[in-house]
Order: sequence, then C-alpha cells, then structure tokens
Amino acid sequence: MDRFNFINPFGVRYQPDTVAGDFYTNNFAKKAESNTIILNLGPQHPSTHGVLRVIVELDGEYVLRAEPVLGYLHRMHEKMGEVKTPWQFLPNMGRVDYLHPIAWNWVHVGAVERLAGITVPERAEYLRVISCELNRVASHLMWWGAFVMDLGGVTPILYAFEEREKINDILQIVSGSRLTISYFRFGGVSADADDRFLRLTAEFVPYLRQRLKMYQALVTDNIILRRRLEKVGPIGVDMCQRYGATGPVLRAAGLNRDTRRDIPYSVYPKFDFNIPTGPVDDCLGRYLVRLAEIEASLSIIEQALESLPAGPILPPKAPKPTFKLPAGESYFAVEGARGQIGLHLISDGGKTPYRVKLRAPGFSNLSLFAEAARGTLLADAIAILGSLDLVIPEVDR
Amino acid sequence: MALSLVNFVVVIAAVLLIIGLMVVNAVIMVYAERKTAGFIQRRPGPYEVGPWGTVQAICDSMKLLGKQIFIPGNVDWILFFAAPVLAFFPVLLLFLPIPFGPYLTALKVDEGILLILAFAGFGVISNILAGWASNNKYGLLGAARAVSQSVAYEIPMIMALLGVIFLTGSMNLTQIVERQGAWPWQWNLAVQPLAFFIYVVSMVGETNRAPFDLPEAESELTAGFHTEYSGMGFALFFLSEYANMLLVCCVCATFFLGGWRGPFLDGFWWTFIKAYALMMFIVWIRWTFPRVRFDQLLNINWKWLLPLSILNLWITAVILKFVD
Repeated sequence: MDRFNFINPFGVRYQPDTVAGDFYTNNFAKKAESNTIILNLGPQHPSTHGVLRVIVELDGEYVLRAEPVLGYLHRMHEKMGEVKTPWQFLPNMGRVDYLHPIAWNWVHVGAVERLAGITVPERAEYLRVISCELNRVASHLMWWGAFVMDLGGVTPILYAFEEREKINDILQIVSGSRLTISYFRFGGVSADADDRFLRLTAEFVPYLRQRLKMYQALVTDNIILRRRLEKVGPIGVDMCQRYGATGPVLRAAGLNRDTRRDIPYSVYPKFDFNIPTGPVDDCLGRYLVRLAEIEASLSIIEQALESLPAGPILPPKAPKPTFKLPAGESYFAVEGARGQIGLHLISDGGKTPYRVKLRAPGFSNLSLFAEAARGTLLADAIAILGSLDLVIPEVDR
Repeated sequence: MALSLVNFVVVIAAVLLIIGLMVVNAVIMVYAERKTAGFIQRRPGPYEVGPWGTVQAICDSMKLLGKQIFIPGNVDWILFFAAPVLAFFPVLLLFLPIPFGPYLTALKVDEGILLILAFAGFGVISNILAGWASNNKYGLLGAARAVSQSVAYEIPMIMALLGVIFLTGSMNLTQIVERQGAWPWQWNLAVQPLAFFIYVVSMVGETNRAPFDLPEAESELTAGFHTEYSGMGFALFFLSEYANMLLVCCVCATFFLGGWRGPFLDGFWWTFIKAYALMMFIVWIRWTFPRVRFDQLLNINWKWLLPLSILNLWITAVILKFVD
C-alpha cells in the first residue's frame, strides 16, 4: 500500500490500513473467524428504526454472530423518576415509548394508585381502556408499515400513516397531544370524552376493519411477502422464556399469555376479547399475531363504547400535584403493544420515590436477537429484527 | 459497412442526441416516477416547484450539480471516479443500433442486438468498481450482489431474445421490426409470449429495479454499491439507471411489441409510447411489491427462467424446422 500513499488531487490522504472501531467492535472482533466481514448495522441504518446498533459478523451474506449495542438513546428515565415527584415524572412516560405512550402512562399511574390506595371511577377506567387500545392499534399499524418497509415494500407505511393520523386526531381531542401523550392522571384521566371523540371512535372501528381486509389482500397474501417470512427466524417458547420475551413475540411462539387477562387490571375482565396466538413461530407468525391483535383491540373498543358508564373521571379526593407517596413499594404491569410493561415503585415516604424501575418489553425482546439471527441471511436478520417490533427509546430508557 | 464520413457525422450527431435523450429521459422519469409513487401511496407527490411540480426534477439535478463531491478516506480515488463515468458511457453506445423509427436509426448494423448485449455488460463492471473503490463494506456487498445478479439475469434474457432471432432469422433490429405487423396480434408477442414474459422479468432484474433491487437494497445495504457517492457521482449512476431502463424497454418494444410499427401511423412515436408504457409498468411494480431475498432471486433465475427459456428456444426451433 506504500505505493499509493500520496495525497490525491482532492486532498484526501491515504492512510495505512488500521483496525478502526470502538470498544464494542474491537471486542466483538476478537472472536471473529478468518475471512469474515464485521459489519456495523447502525446506529444510523435505514432498518434499525432509530439508533440501534447491531454488530454482525458476516460470512458472505450469512450472519455468523450478531450483537446489539445499546445506549445511543439512553435518557435516564429511571433516574429522573427518583429526582422528580410522581406528578413531574408523568410526562416522561409518554417519551419512553413514543408509539404506545398511553400504556406507559398507565403503568406509572397504576403503580402510584396501587401504592397510595386511590380508587379510579368507572368511567375513567373505560376511557383508559378505549384510549389505550386505540393507541395499541396505532402502534401495531405503524409497526406493520415499518416492517413491510424493511422487506422492501415502501408503500404500506404510507397507508398505515393515514390510519394512524385518524387515531392521532381522535386521541388529540381528549389528550391534547398526538405523539407523546400524557392523558392519565392519578385517579383518572385528564379530560372527559366529548361527543366528537365517541362519534369518531365509533366510526373508526368499522372503517379500520374494512381497511384491514384490503391490507390482507394487498400485502399479507402477497407471494413475495409470504416467501420472505415463512420459516424465517423461528423463535420458540423456550427461547422466549430464557430471554423473558413477552407480547406478540411470545404469543406467536404459541404460549397464550396476556397481562390483560393473566394479571387482570382495570376493567379488562368485563370484556370478551380474543388473545391471538400464532400457529407458527416464525416471522410470519409474529406478523399475523399482530394483525389479529388489531382486530381484538377493535372489538374491545367497540364493547367499551357500548357500555361506557356516566360519572366523574376523577375521584372526589384526587391527589393534588403536591401529594406525597406513602412509604412502601408497588408493582404494576400492563400489556403494551410490545409486551408486558412493568413499573416497580419504591417510596420511603419522601417527596420523590426512592427507586423507579421500568421493565421495557423491547429490551427483553431485543436480547434474543443475537441467538435468533445466528446462521441466517442478512436480509433475514433484518426481517427478524423488524418482527421484534423495537422502539429504541423504550429499549434504552 | 464502410465507415464513411457521412456515417461518422451521423454517429456523432446521434451520440449528442442520445446524451440529450438520456438527460431528458431522466428528468421525465424522475418526475413521472415520483408522481406515480405519490398516486400509489395516496399523496400528491412533488407539487411545490413549478406548475404541478414539473420543475422539481430540474431543481433536483441542479442541486446534485452544485453539491460538493465528498470522498471518504482511504478510497482508491481513480477507480472511485472512474466508476460513475464507466456506468454512464456504455449507454451512449447502446442506443446507437436501436431503430426508433423507420428513418431514425443511428447505426444500421446487422448485429445490432449483439452490440447492445455486449456493451450492456459494462454496467456490471462499473458497479463492481464503485463498490470496491468506495472502501465500504455495504458497497462491497452490493457490488458482489450486482455481479451475480447481472450475470445470472443476462442468460435468460439472451435466451428469450434468441427465440425472436430464430423466428426472424436476423440480428438486425430494423429487420426484426419490419417482420412484425402494425396490430398487436401481428407482433412477436403473439408468437413468443413465454419469451416476452421471461424477457420482462429478466429486464427488471438486469436493471436492478425493485423487487430485484438487491444491489442497492435500502433496508439491508443502505444504498449498496453507491453508498459513498454524492453529488454528480450519484447523479451519473442515477442517469445511467434510467437510461438502462429506457434501453431495455426499447429493446423489448423492438423485439416483442412491433417497434415503430403501430396501428394507423408508423413512426418513432410508437417506439416511445411502447417503451414508456413498459417503464411505467416497472415503476408500478417497484412501488407495489416487497423485495425478494437474494437466494430467492437466484432461484427464480436458475430454476425457473433459465429452464423455461431453454424450453421456449427448443420449441421455437422444432416448430421452425417442421414449418420449413
């Protein structure tokens, strides 16, 4: 290479080949076999959706090893929970997972209510269920579009955006915001549903059912999509349990687990809804389970709208912003779009909680990627990564 | 054919015209593709610059012209600069033998299709050089994919064209057009439907368009072999991609769709109408389907297209033998 070691007309100097890379790459490279490529997917890569970084060792196009590197979007939400009062911490929850913020709202509000012994009026519970399920539908739609984009189909994401816009419009009526929603309050919700909210929601349910039929014909039954997903990245129950994966990933593996039914909270026991499980544990199974979950959520919304009781949306003695948590600890779990979301709250009776632990489903789901991607083609590894439905701010917290 | 001075002048004029055609084609296709994509995705597409956004493509090209050419460190800069130019130049030659109209053929040679197929192979070299010279792993993977894909898809493409060449008994593109009639049932499409199908599939594969755009698969390789190119380097790849698309569509129109022969009035407009209809078909496919995987791409070729094209060729040959 010395022969070429000169300055080219554009001022770029040739440098001798050095092993470039940071700690993670170099550490990863130690175990590399000869004649392999070590490739950094991310942190800026079109299909890592955010700032996830995955180091892969490639033999041709086959992935020999993969290792996710986290922390590019770490925002210290848990520490902020310790230095802020629960009221001040509430808006943080909408920022943890920007696709399903209402579930995170719920987990924080629920843990505080459980610790402080606050009862929630029934109308507020129903509004919580409606808004949370609407948000879940939006999250799944967004995933659907982004996943098909990972597979090279650029159009569906714009269709998904259109549906999601309608949901955002509906949620904006009650919560005032469209992305980082903080709609819940300790003891209830911040605003009551007006006629417009109820009318738009009731109109949206049959509309989306009709659209889902079109998506089935247009995307799900497409032969290229089927061939790309069938038998790709099987993730069995055993692997899910070793890594603690929950949500659609676990249900696609065949285990019928859903926090809404297994650890009942709010008014979910009053509704009759289907918990879809996958017949197959590959990428197609996860795809179908998520689409079926949209249908299940729509049915919950429909039932909740039918039986929405009248009444207040906050209890008479709703906590003021100055309220103090009693000493003790509580754990609250809800079913988010990506799996079981948990919040462990420990309070010593002071102004701020002693410790806040957030359990993000995306973190556990991502951790099985290294094992699931081993031996697959690069394109399949991207499909597996997409099928886990990762939201990086939630993974990094 | 003796290269007299008149011929020489004609070829030079044709090359200049072809450069113009390539640029105009790219501008039109960028606009048409973006508007079509907008229509498919239920959004307006470009609409700010000029009436209905018509000036958008020109503004984009001005932007690309004005951009700084960025060279990443440790690249082989001679090859890095040669690659986009090599992608662009063969296309100039490729259009010469195409009979756009009865009097609009730059180079009337007997082996027109041979010339086209030979120089079309140059496109691959530029892809390899671009991927190799950019000193980028994504580029390298994209280049490796480009090579195996182009080599694979050239074979059924040639086989499909051979069917028509058997029928016509000539590799002269003008003669191939003249043997076909004006109406669709008189075109080669009617007697060689399988060859047409194979050609259309391999044409999409050959031009690296979705769903076969593996060398530049965005979600896997960011941009494949042209990841490191910006400004005019990227623009030249872009130009040659659209020019290649136009070329394969022109060849398809010439071989299967009657070229400049058409209902009511023969003329170069029929070539362009047919070629651009095919281009819009490619655009439509691109915005509708997801991408195939690389092994699937090669399987489609080696397990389906190649045997089918050999079968087609064999049937054609047998029928021709018995008809004679």
